[in-house]
Amino acid sequence: MSSFFHDCFIVFRRQIRMNLRNPAWVLIGILQPVLYLLLFGPLLKPIVSSFPGAADNEFTFLVPGLLVQLGMFGAFFAGFGLIAEWREGVVEAERVTPASRTALLVGRLMRDLVQLLVQALILIGLGLVMGMRGSVGGITFGVALTLLVGGACAAASNAVALTTKSEDVMAPLINMVMMPVLLLSGILLPMTLGPSWLQRISDFMPFRWIVDAVRGSFAGDFAGNSLLWGTAWALALFSAAVWWGTATFRKENA
Amino acid sequence: MITARGLVQTFHTKVGREKREVRAVDGVDLDVAEGEVVGFLGPNGAGKTTTLRMLTTLLRPDAGTATVAGYDVVKESEQVRRSIGYVSQAGGVFSSARAGEEVMDHGMLYGLSKRQVETRGHELFDQLQLDGLWERMPKNMSGGQKRRLDIAMGLIHDPTLVFLDEPTTGLDPQARANLWDHIARLRSERGATVFLTTHYLDEADALSDRIVIIDQGRIVASDTSDNLKAQVSGDLVTLEVGAAHVAVAAEKLASVAESVETSGSHVSGRVARAGRVVPGLLREIEHAGVTLESIEVHRPTLDDVFLTLTGRSLRDAESEKPGEPDAADPAATAAASEGVTA
Repeated sequence: MSSFFHDCFIVFRRQIRMNLRNPAWVLIGILQPVLYLLLFGPLLKPIVSSFPGAADNEFTFLVPGLLVQLGMFGAFFAGFGLIAEWREGVVEAERVTPASRTALLVGRLMRDLVQLLVQALILIGLGLVMGMRGSVGGITFGVALTLLVGGACAAASNAVALTTKSEDVMAPLINMVMMPVLLLSGILLPMTLGPSWLQRISDFMPFRWIVDAVRGSFAGDFAGNSLLWGTAWALALFSAAVWWGTATFRKENA
Repeated sequence: MITARGLVQTFHTKVGREKREVRAVDGVDLDVAEGEVVGFLGPNGAGKTTTLRMLTTLLRPDAGTATVAGYDVVKESEQVRRSIGYVSQAGGVFSSARAGEEVMDHGMLYGLSKRQVETRGHELFDQLQLDGLWERMPKNMSGGQKRRLDIAMGLIHDPTLVFLDEPTTGLDPQARANLWDHIARLRSERGATVFLTTHYLDEADALSDRIVIIDQGRIVASDTSDNLKAQVSGDLVTLEVGAAHVAVAAEKLASVAESVETSGSHVSGRVARAGRVVPGLLREIEHAGVTLESIEVHRPTLDDVFLTLTGRSLRDAESEKPGEPDAADPAATAAASEGVTA
């Protein structure tokens, strides 16, 4: 078991070293939610008080959603790096060592989570400066949920990358998944604004529950149903995706 | 060092709507002794890489068994991995990471300590003429340097058995010759057993004690280069004479050669042990009053051997089936194109 953590650490350190050499990508990744915060936040100002279960201001409403968005979409692109590595024989070279196959994935997930944590802290810091409110405990729990979502998406992205081995297949695939997720999760506007048929559809979107949970957690609403559902979904997605990712790394033909 | 019996690997591909089964490796038996350098020769898509991937535990055989360095490739894959070094066609060093760090990280995945891999890595860089390149990124290296770096990475844990997949594909002639020296030293200086695949005849000829030829997933020959060439009946002798003397020259050549052919002013035929026969032949021809313009004697090449064994030349075999699913194909092309641009 200690060799498992050792292997994870070697893989993680190699990945993070390459990221640090090119920190521009971490900043480009955070740019999108920051733009939403700065350019979309003000649009919510006059209407946020009319949202059901109203948040006290537009940033308390928006930041949790943007966090989940960051966790999902940032991590979805993790697989592109893996395809580049696979093409240069790195994955095969790692698989011919006695290192644990799970460690090859987990080491990479650790990099994605560290990166996500840095981005999340930047986003929260900026939110606080702009007027977002939230308890330390609530924000911490919200970030933990975000990391679970990010881990799930990164693991899934790695699994898809090793299965398709082609950026040309992966890019449209991610787009296809991203659009309905974005529209049905209530990241930018609460789903409760919509007609009941749209709300029923969004009930089937796990990420909506997670967004609600992170929002509830930031607002200090730990009693609500949504927190329970969101946490359950985040844990379920994370476990399923890690299992899937490991299975792909184990598969002989990867 | 390697014993394989009846290895089979089947790929499923779709041609249009029709599903097709391709037996990339179709019952391969192999025996490689300790300290041997074996060249695994065959056209593209013959099953070389697929066989190699089964022997290096990257691909589970659909049928058959293999023991590598004393361990079963399926049941004891971890011990196999500890004992072997594998340099794939694509290499395995990321192009925008630092060379030394990549080699060290790779060694540490074998459980070696940081100090061990650092010392050993620098030793290997010296031995493989990579001194001064520790901090360099592979994308800024020449094709030959990059390939030597791949080999350094494969040797970081000091394996006793080394697999090299198409080690010189895409390199210019000088870089190839240089790499051959280094490959030859794997045995002469470290006593390693080397199993290398290639589709270059001269490479197999220059490096290996023994050549195993694979075609369409099956082993068609396994012997020393000389013995394989001896199976081709004789050396090719070509005489160039004036047009008036072609018939006489052909008659004289036919007295010592098989399958004599004429084309224009050239007469050629296969002569067993040409070195001993030709002096006499020349006297005969002179005696008959024929003026010889030129004479050429060619020892049989492995291409001739391949032709004798399969009825096709290696080149024909290559152009026959370009799209064969040799599992690491994209990697292969990536490596090849890199070699060209570097």
